Amino acid sequence: MAKDEFREFRLVGTRPDRPDGLDKVTGRARYGADISAPGMLWGAVVRSPHAHARIVKIDTSKAEALSGVKAVVTRADFPTGLTGDEWDLQENTMAGDKALYDGHAVAAVAATSKLRAEEAARLIEVEYEVLPHVIDVDDAIKPDAPVIREGAADATVPEGMPPNVVRYFEHGRGDLDAGFAEADLVRENTYRTEATHQGYIEPHACLGQLGEDGKGEMWVCTQGHWFIRKMCADVLGLEKSQLRVTPSEIGGGFGGKTTIFMEPLSLALSRKAGGRPVKIVMSRSEVLRATGPTASASMDVKIGMKKDGTLTAGRAEFRMQGGAFWGAPVDMALDCAFAAYKLPAVMHIGYDVLANRPKAAAYRAPGSPMAACAVESLIDEMCRELGLDPMEVRLKNAVREGDRSSYGPKFKSIGLVETLEATKAHPNFSAPLGPNQGRGIASGFWFNHGGETSVTIALSEDGTVTVSAGTPDIGGSRASIALMTAETLGIPYENVRVNIVETGALGVNEPTHGSRATFATGKAAVEAANAAIKEMCRRAAVEWGIDPEAVEWVDGAAQPAGPNAGKFPPMSIAEIAGNMGSTGGPISGHHEGNLGGVGASFGCHVVDVEVDPETGRTTILRYLVVQDAGRAIHPAYVEGQYQGGAAQGIGWALNEGYVYGEDGRLQNSVFLDYRVPVASDLPMIDTVIVEVPNPGHPFGVRGVGETGITPPLPAIANAIHAATGARLRHLPMNPPSVLAAIKAVKGG
Amino acid sequence: MRYHAAKTFEEAASIAAKADGVTRFLAGGTDVLVQLRAGLVTPDDLIDLKHIDGVQDITRLDDGGWEIGVAVAGARLGAHEALCADWPGVVEGMELVGSTQVQGRATLTGNLCNGSPAADGVPGLVAAGAVAKIVGPDGMREIPIEEIPAGPGKTTLAKGELIAAVRLPARGAGGGDAYQRFIPRTEMDIAVAGCAINLRVEGDTITEARVAIGAVAPTIRLVPEAAELLVGSTLDAATADALAAAVSAAANPITDKRGTSEFRTEVVGVLARRVAQTAYDRAKGDRS
Ligand SMILES: Cc1cc2nc3c(=O)[nH]c(=O)nc-3n(C[C@H](O)[C@H](O)[C@H](O)COP(=O)(O)OP(=O)(O)OC[C@H]3O[C@@H](n4cnc5c(N)ncnc54)[C@H](O)[C@@H]3O)c2cc1C
Repeated sequence: MAKDEFREFRLVGTRPDRPDGLDKVTGRARYGADISAPGMLWGAVVRSPHAHARIVKIDTSKAEALSGVKAVVTRADFPTGLTGDEWDLQENTMAGDKALYDGHAVAAVAATSKLRAEEAARLIEVEYEVLPHVIDVDDAIKPDAPVIREGAADATVPEGMPPNVVRYFEHGRGDLDAGFAEADLVRENTYRTEATHQGYIEPHACLGQLGEDGKGEMWVCTQGHWFIRKMCADVLGLEKSQLRVTPSEIGGGFGGKTTIFMEPLSLALSRKAGGRPVKIVMSRSEVLRATGPTASASMDVKIGMKKDGTLTAGRAEFRMQGGAFWGAPVDMALDCAFAAYKLPAVMHIGYDVLANRPKAAAYRAPGSPMAACAVESLIDEMCRELGLDPMEVRLKNAVREGDRSSYGPKFKSIGLVETLEATKAHPNFSAPLGPNQGRGIASGFWFNHGGETSVTIALSEDGTVTVSAGTPDIGGSRASIALMTAETLGIPYENVRVNIVETGALGVNEPTHGSRATFATGKAAVEAANAAIKEMCRRAAVEWGIDPEAVEWVDGAAQPAGPNAGKFPPMSIAEIAGNMGSTGGPISGHHEGNLGGVGASFGCHVVDVEVDPETGRTTILRYLVVQDAGRAIHPAYVEGQYQGGAAQGIGWALNEGYVYGEDGRLQNSVFLDYRVPVASDLPMIDTVIVEVPNPGHPFGVRGVGETGITPPLPAIANAIHAATGARLRHLPMNPPSVLAAIKAVKGG
Repeated sequence: MRYHAAKTFEEAASIAAKADGVTRFLAGGTDVLVQLRAGLVTPDDLIDLKHIDGVQDITRLDDGGWEIGVAVAGARLGAHEALCADWPGVVEGMELVGSTQVQGRATLTGNLCNGSPAADGVPGLVAAGAVAKIVGPDGMREIPIEEIPAGPGKTTLAKGELIAAVRLPARGAGGGDAYQRFIPRTEMDIAVAGCAINLRVEGDTITEARVAIGAVAPTIRLVPEAAELLVGSTLDAATADALAAAVSAAANPITDKRGTSEFRTEVVGVLARRVAQTAYDRAKGDRS
C-alpha cells in the first residue's frame, strides 16, 4: 500500500487504539440520552399528523391539568419578528400558522416522567384545517402545485417561476452548442434519486436548562455545539454567551446533527418550568419523520462525447426538494456534477423547490451523490454505446493540477489520476465474473472544508498534554488529533488526551462537517503545539541563559541548536512542565482562525453485483473504494470512513427511500421498513488509500469523510446494467424495480 | 395495566374470559412489548404464560409426533437436533424471525397468534399439518393451524381462549419440508412473500404434499390446488412451472411499503419452485 512509502513520521500513519474505545465498548461513554440532572423533567413533542394543514386551534388545558405536568409550550412562547434563516429555524422547531409536513412539531410538554409527558402530549388537542400537499419534487415544481409559502423565493428566482421554486442557479462557461456539435454522440437522460436519511444509530437527545434570567445550559448530542448555541439563542431570543453547550459522545451524525430540532423546545420548556432541566430524547420514528434527510432529486443531464471518449460538453439541470424550507443542496450538486472531468463547455441550471417534507439537513457530501448518480450513469451508458472502456474514458478526461474545474476555480494539487490508476491496479478490477454478475465503476468528488476553528493545548505538570478541541469526534478524530499533536511535540501518542470542550472554553468552532475535523482541528492543534514548543524553548533558553532563537525542539526536548549555542543536555518536556510553576507559570499553545488550504478529494469505486433474474434482488459481491486521503493520519479510521460511505451509498442505491401515503404521511418511519443495509448485506469493503499530500496542511491531510458516499449510487446502477442489461435511472433500485426493468429489457 | 402470572392454562383462560379491556398473553413478548412501547397496543390485562408448567418443553409424543410448549423460544427449536431432523422447514421458518436476541424470546405460538400475514413461523406449521391445542372457558379442543389466522392482527380464537401447545404430526418415512421468504435485505426484515412446502416421496414420486403461502393474502393460506399438482410428479420442470403458476394464482396480495402486489404475486411463485426443490431433496434424504 502507498502508506509504506512514507516512513518519515514516527506516529502519523500508524494505527494505535482509539482513546474513546474502552469507554465505548464498556458502555461507559455518555451519549446524549445518558445525561441526567437533579430535578430533571422529561419533554415530549406533539407532532402534526398532516403533511400540510392550517393550525386552527391548540387546546392545552387537559394536558396542563394532568398531575406531574410542569410546562406546555407552543409557538406563542417563542419571540416574534425573526427573519431569514432564523425564522426558518424557529418555524421548523415549532410550527406557526401551518404544519408543513407530517411530523412537524406543534406543541411540547414537560412532566415529571417520560410516560407522563407522553400522556400529556396525547391530551393536547390540535384542530387542523387540512390543506392540499405536495411530496414529489417534479410535482412540487409544477405551476399549479399547492403553494407552501408565498414570498419564500429569494432574489435569484426570476419573475414567473413556479411558486415553490425558492432558489435558482445558472452558471457555466464555454460554448455549449459548439461542444455538442463537435461530439460524435450526444445523449440526454433524466435520473431521479430519493431522499434518504443519515440513519445515525443515536437518535437526537438533549438536556436543556434555562432560567428566567436568561442563563442556560445544554448537554446535547451534536456535531457542532457552537451551532446549537447560536441557533437556540436566535430562535429563543437569548444572548449567546449566556448559553453554555456541552456536547456528548455522538453515535453518528453524517451532517444531520449540524442543526437544531427539539433542542430549543427543551430550553423553552425549562424556562417555563421554573428552570428545571428538561430532557428530550427522540424516538426513531420522530427522527425519521422530523429530522433532516437529504434532498430528493430529479436531474436532466446531457453530455457530448467523441468516438475516442473525449468529452466535449456537459449540461446539468437539477431539481431538488429539501422539504418546506430552502436548502436543498442544488448548488453543491451542480458544482460536483462534472468536477472529475476536463470539459471545454459546461452549463449548470438548478432549482431549489419546496415540498411538504421535513427540512433537509446536510448529509455526507450534500448534493454530490445525486449529481454523480446522474453524470456517472450517463458516462457509463455512453461508453457502452460507443464500445469504450469506462475507466479509460475517465482517465482520458480526468482533471489534473492546474486544470480549471467545472465549477470555476483552478484545481491545486489533486489525486484523481493517481486514484484511477490505483483502481486499475487492484485485483477486484479484473476479478472474473459469473452468470448474472456485473461490474460497475464510478468516480466521486468532494470539496472538503476548513472553516472557523479554535484549539488550545496545555501542558500538565508531568509533561503530558491535553488538547481542547471544539469539533465533536464522530469518526475517530480524537485519535488523529492526538497523533498529529504527539508527532509535533515529539512525545508518545498515549501522552496526549484530546477533549472536546464546551462552548465556554474556546472561541467559536464550526461543527464537524465538510470533512474538516482532522484537517482543520488537526492543523490548528499542530499550530498550537508549535506555539507551546516556542514557549518551552524560551523557558529552556532562560534557564540556560542563552538566546531563545538558539534553542531547538527535537524528540520531545529542548536542546541547544548546534555547538555554538552552548553545551547543555536536552531538557525534556517533562522537566520543563515539572518546573513551569516557577519558570513563569502555565504553558499552553493556542491557534485559531478561519482555516484555508483545503484539498479536494477524489475517489473511485468498483462494485460487483449479482442480480437474481427471477426476483430482481441485488447482492453486493465485492466492493472496492479507492480514494485520495492526502495523508492518512490514522489509516484505520480513513478506511472506516471509506467503508462507511460505501455502506450508506449501497443503502441509498438499493433499498432506502421514504414511502409516503396518498395522505402525505410517512409510512416507513421505523428501521424495519426504512431499509438501511444490515451487516450481513455487505461484503467486506476493500479499500486503497491513495496519498497525494495536500500542501495546505502540515501533514498533507485532505478530508476523507464525504467523498466515499459519492460514487456508490452510479457504480451500482452501472453494475446492475452490466449484470442484467437493464438501466435503472430511478432510485432505489429495489427488487420490484429491478425485476420490472429486467422484464422490460426481455420484452423489448 | 394489570399483569398476571398465570399458573395454569385454565387460570389464564379464566382471567382472559373475565377481562373486559384489551387483553394480551405474554409469551416471548417480542410483539406485545414492541407494540406497547410504540404506543400501538396498551393492554389492560397482560397475562404471562411463562410460569405455567411445561411451557418450555419440546416433547416427543408416543405416535412419533411432537408437542411444542407455548414459551419455547426459536433458538431452542434450532438447537433441538431430533426436531430439526424431522421438521427442518418448520424450524427454519421460526429461525428467520428477528435476530439472535429476538430468537432468545420469540415463540412459534406468539408468531401465530400475533396474526401477521407475514409471520415466518406459520407457513411451515400449516404445511406440516400441525394442530393447536386450545384451552378455553368451554374446555379443551384441537384445531388445524390454518384455521387460526383470521386476517391481519386477528385470530379465530374466542374471548378467553388460548393455545396450550402446538402439535406436529409424526414425520414418517420419505418426508421433507422447507420454507423460504423473500426480503430485500438478508435479515431483520418482514417477509414480502413466503412459501412452505411439505411433501412425501416414494422412490422419486411425490405421494403427499401441502403448500402454504405467506405475506400474499390477508392470512397465511394453504393452497391445495398447488399441492395436487405435485402429487404423482417427480418435480420435473413442467410441474415446477405449474406449481409456480398455481401459487401465484392463489396469491391475493396488497401493494404496500414492503412490496407491490404484482411483485409479490410473481415472487411467491418463484419461491414455491425453489422451496419445492429443497423439500423434495430433503425428502429424498439430502438433509442440507
Ligand atoms: C426485531 C424484531 C424482528 C422481528 N422479525 C420477525 C420476522 O422476521 N418474522 C416474523 O414472523 N416475526 C418477526 N418479529 C415478530 C415477533 O418476534 C414474532 O411474531 C414472534 O414469534 C412473536 O412471539 P412472542 O413469543 O414474542 O409473542 P408475544 O409478543 O408474547 O405475543 C404475540 C401475540 O400472541 C398472543 N399470544 C401469545 N401466546 C399466546 C397463546 N399461548 N395463546 C393465544 N395467544 C397468544 C399475544 O396475546 C400477542 O397478541 C420480529 C420482532 C422483532 C422485535
